[in-house]
Amino acid sequence: MVIEIVSWAAVGLILATSTVMLIIHDWRINLGALALQYVAAFWLVTRHLPFVMGSTKLITGWMVVAALGMTRLSLSSEEEDNNEESSLLRGRWFRMILMCIVALVTAGVTARIEVVIPGLGLPVIAGGILLIGAGVVHLGVTSEILRVIIGLLTLLTGFEILYAAVESSILVAGLLSVISLGLGLAGSYLLLAGTSPPELEN
Amino acid sequence: MSAPILWIAIPFISGFIILSFLRERISPLIAGSVALILAMTALIIPIDTALLLGSISIKISPSILFFGRSFTLTTADGLLLALIYGLSALWFFGTEASGTANRFVSLGLMIVALLTASIAVEPFLFAALLLEMAAMLVIPLLVPPSQKPGRGVVRFLIYQTLAMPFILFSGWMLAGVEASPGDINTTIQAGTMLSLGFAFLLGVFPLYNWIPMLTEESPPYVVGFLLWVFPTFTVIFGLGFLDRYTWLRTSPQLSGAIQIAGLFMVASGGIFAALQKHIGRMMGYAAIAETGLLMLAMGLPSSEMLNVTFLLIIPRGLELSVWALALSIIKPKVTSLKFSDVQGIARSYPFAVTAIILAHLSMTGFPLLAGFPPRLALWQEIAGQSLTISFWIFLGMLGLILAATRTLAVFVMASENKAWQRNESWMQLIMLGLGLIGLFILGIFPQILQPFFINLPALFNHLGQ
Repeated sequence: MVIEIVSWAAVGLILATSTVMLIIHDWRINLGALALQYVAAFWLVTRHLPFVMGSTKLITGWMVVAALGMTRLSLSSEEEDNNEESSLLRGRWFRMILMCIVALVTAGVTARIEVVIPGLGLPVIAGGILLIGAGVVHLGVTSEILRVIIGLLTLLTGFEILYAAVESSILVAGLLSVISLGLGLAGSYLLLAGTSPPELEN
Repeated sequence: MSAPILWIAIPFISGFIILSFLRERISPLIAGSVALILAMTALIIPIDTALLLGSISIKISPSILFFGRSFTLTTADGLLLALIYGLSALWFFGTEASGTANRFVSLGLMIVALLTASIAVEPFLFAALLLEMAAMLVIPLLVPPSQKPGRGVVRFLIYQTLAMPFILFSGWMLAGVEASPGDINTTIQAGTMLSLGFAFLLGVFPLYNWIPMLTEESPPYVVGFLLWVFPTFTVIFGLGFLDRYTWLRTSPQLSGAIQIAGLFMVASGGIFAALQKHIGRMMGYAAIAETGLLMLAMGLPSSEMLNVTFLLIIPRGLELSVWALALSIIKPKVTSLKFSDVQGIARSYPFAVTAIILAHLSMTGFPLLAGFPPRLALWQEIAGQSLTISFWIFLGMLGLILAATRTLAVFVMASENKAWQRNESWMQLIMLGLGLIGLFILGIFPQILQPFFINLPALFNHLGQ
């Protein structure tokens, strides 16, 4: 019973962090929310995977957050402003409505998925679908590199939660962690590209 | 020694060493030599067969266990490995001539190693993870550190990342379909997910918009390599799915869907190529049309499907390497690759221009060039199946020929007083020359590929029958 309550609390945390990441533009808050999101994802992943394998995902996630955060810190404020301007749809209410749609869809499909794939657990499905939906919305409304990477990481985390329930291979868990880390590093590289003078390239 | 260590671990580690320790000048030579040695080894030494050299017996074991899963390369994979590493060696040796940065060869070697791992991993659907890892290694190649990333590279990353969950989930659902083949709902869901995954991976219409963007904003040689290596391994991965699951192989709906998707790519790729005014984007659209042809071959409901598919795959690497190398030679000398900036360049770079035109014509299926025999074989199969499909392929190829004609017209449109001169270096001439000779040899003597095709049924047990 307690585990179930904590699991639903993790889903609530996922909803809150996803919404915050979508509607707030400050990268520090976004990365903080992403770090919290990994805690919730860790809990849901450990419903089906051993604690050690789940904790690998948490540590990888935090490493990604740290890498992105340190890269963002090294960028000048001018570059920050430019990047923020590139966001396509800036309306907070619009994004809020999008998240409400994702939440409603999640509420609608969770029970149906549980019927199709029994044994996954409602909180695990809800958490996974919420993250996938939030990731897709994120990718749909922005072209800024940091936010695209956050969107991809969110989507991938949702997928990892669901996939952990059907595939418990160590190789898959390891490769998925490497992919998350790789996405973070690729994001850091793309953020830094074009900011250093050409002579430093060699 | 086991085959996965030889053809996966060694090139990956070599790539890392080259990236970390070797100087710019010698790295293409070292990486090319490593790839060439691996290709020759695959060609000469059979996997899982004892070979007696004097008093020494050599045997390459086929598999290795890694985190509880096996990576297996069998005897049948030998020629495929030789082909992959042989073509990779061509790309790496051409790096010096193309003026591409040092890390291309090192990361390129690591990418090829990861993609080879995608062929070897068991269960094979985990290949989606390795393809995604390889896609992430391409990112530093596509965006030089001094250049702001464009939209193309971001879309490439998004699409490749989206492909992976679809394929992994579909693989899991396909197991359910196998258990209860009568469940239509699960079958439709699994088929849809699989199709979406491959649509993202291969850049099926309309998800290919990142390709022309990349050819415009990134180094042509790197994009050419990307457009060769990823679709090639994705097609091999896709053939693995068809070979593994009977219901996929025998489904007329699926083969129809693959052919329609391929048809859209050939027709749209050809038509859009004819409308371009940028020779880089033109290469992108030609590659899209070529991928469409690959899909059409994969959708063939005949026993020739495997042969035609591989007949298309082999010249593709050569055509794209020649085209991309020639573009790389021209690009630093002009403001951009737009028609207005490359007008009359045939008089300054006659050999590079010849290479672009011949590679382009080869992709349209021009006689005597490498692209001709596979297109002839494909048309022969398609024409017996549907004249409508044949017409749309013809339209796509016509678009590509129009694009080649326009490009040629722009290249030679120079003032009368401009003198002919050769500005390509000897290294560039040698690499272009070798590539062009290869295009003609494959076009005139396609039978040299025969030993490879004899081996195909062993590579895909069910599809080869």
